[in-house]
Amino acid sequence: MNSSYVSHADLGGTTGHGPIEHEREGVVFPHHWEARALALTLAAGAPGGWNIDMSRSARETLPNYLDLTYYAIWTAALEQLVVDHGLVTTAEVEAGHGLGPGDASRRVLRVEAVPAVLTSGGPVNREPRSPARFEIGDRVRTRADHVDHHTRLPAYVSGQIGVVERVHGAHVFPDTNARGLGEQPQWLYTVVFDATDLWDDAAPGQRVSVDAWDSYLEPAT
Amino acid sequence: MGHGHDHDEDRSELDPMDVRVRALETLLTEKGYIDPAALDELIDTYQTRVGPRNGAQVVARAWVDPEFAEWLRTDATAAIDSLGFQGRQGEHMVAVEQTDETHNLVVCTLCSCYPWPVLGLPPTWYKAAPYRSRAVRDPRGVLGEFGVTLRDDVDVRVWDSTAEVRYLVIPQRPTGTDDWSEERLAELVTRDSMIGVGLPLNPDTVDAGASA
Repeated sequence: MNSSYVSHADLGGTTGHGPIEHEREGVVFPHHWEARALALTLAAGAPGGWNIDMSRSARETLPNYLDLTYYAIWTAALEQLVVDHGLVTTAEVEAGHGLGPGDASRRVLRVEAVPAVLTSGGPVNREPRSPARFEIGDRVRTRADHVDHHTRLPAYVSGQIGVVERVHGAHVFPDTNARGLGEQPQWLYTVVFDATDLWDDAAPGQRVSVDAWDSYLEPAT
Repeated sequence: MGHGHDHDEDRSELDPMDVRVRALETLLTEKGYIDPAALDELIDTYQTRVGPRNGAQVVARAWVDPEFAEWLRTDATAAIDSLGFQGRQGEHMVAVEQTDETHNLVVCTLCSCYPWPVLGLPPTWYKAAPYRSRAVRDPRGVLGEFGVTLRDDVDVRVWDSTAEVRYLVIPQRPTGTDDWSEERLAELVTRDSMIGVGLPLNPDTVDAGASA
């Protein structure tokens, strides 16, 4: 068992990243290659068969994550995913050319299918197998321990008490889905926190919420 | 560097990312996994058809139609779908309304979650560390960088999109627009106002040509 999972993407509340560089509305791809990187990533999911949680896991574990621009992160993760999921070999990625035939049984996103694929998307709500454990207004405490795999509970709310504000239904659980352990859907809640509970330097009158799966939470008294 | 064998028209031949992405595209195409025309179609979709003007239509409808506004509150996914916007990265929508008491702001601290069908692809700053790190801890400071100053008695509510729920901010309708058509109102709705880092345009600054 790997015991060294580190996400470099969990940035909420961290400091020292400099000013925000605003960008006017209408700029979609500042660089041409970014458009190709986005499209390639979307299209390669069909033959690759990975899910969104596996993609996020591949991206957030890149050791140089913080040094890369966003589509550079996507590209580096894609280079890894296409190898991990058996589409190509590392040697082929390095060569930039195929060194043998592809697997003709893989699904390919054809141009004519693009509109329908984008329109249908990939809903992650599932039929719940049990009633929700929490209801709106319940006080909950989030998990405090580090977990050794992809997860979606930001560190800045780890071990904190918040209040359930919305109940969203059962959603695919990223912690298992990212590891190929199946969807194992869980109830998903919006949990809201007072910023002053999270940071000593936060101004009053600020609340922040995360969307948290059932197993991230315990009742708080 | 500088002696690449690229033979492209007007793009930077020196950008190593350009070379790297093209190599990956070539490889996956040679192996039969990619239809290059599908890539063009994907890019065209997000460059020309799916963007914040979609969200602006949703907001303008909410401003003129109280029943639609109520539908957005109870089932935003269905309400937005009724205007023709749905699908990838917008499968589970929640609309949050700006009020006199509360200002909403959306971020994704863990990656770049963003409601594509209504806002298109996220801007670079939304995906970058400065915004993602500070929006949750110092939202007033962040708003200040975007030129938005809130009254002291307005609470700030930050929505960190950590799951597949996608948030669309419904800004307040500017005053002095009572007789405006839905189409004109949509022109006031900026991308930033639907993320919560901006406000709608001032109606006085928008072309008054259609006001006759």
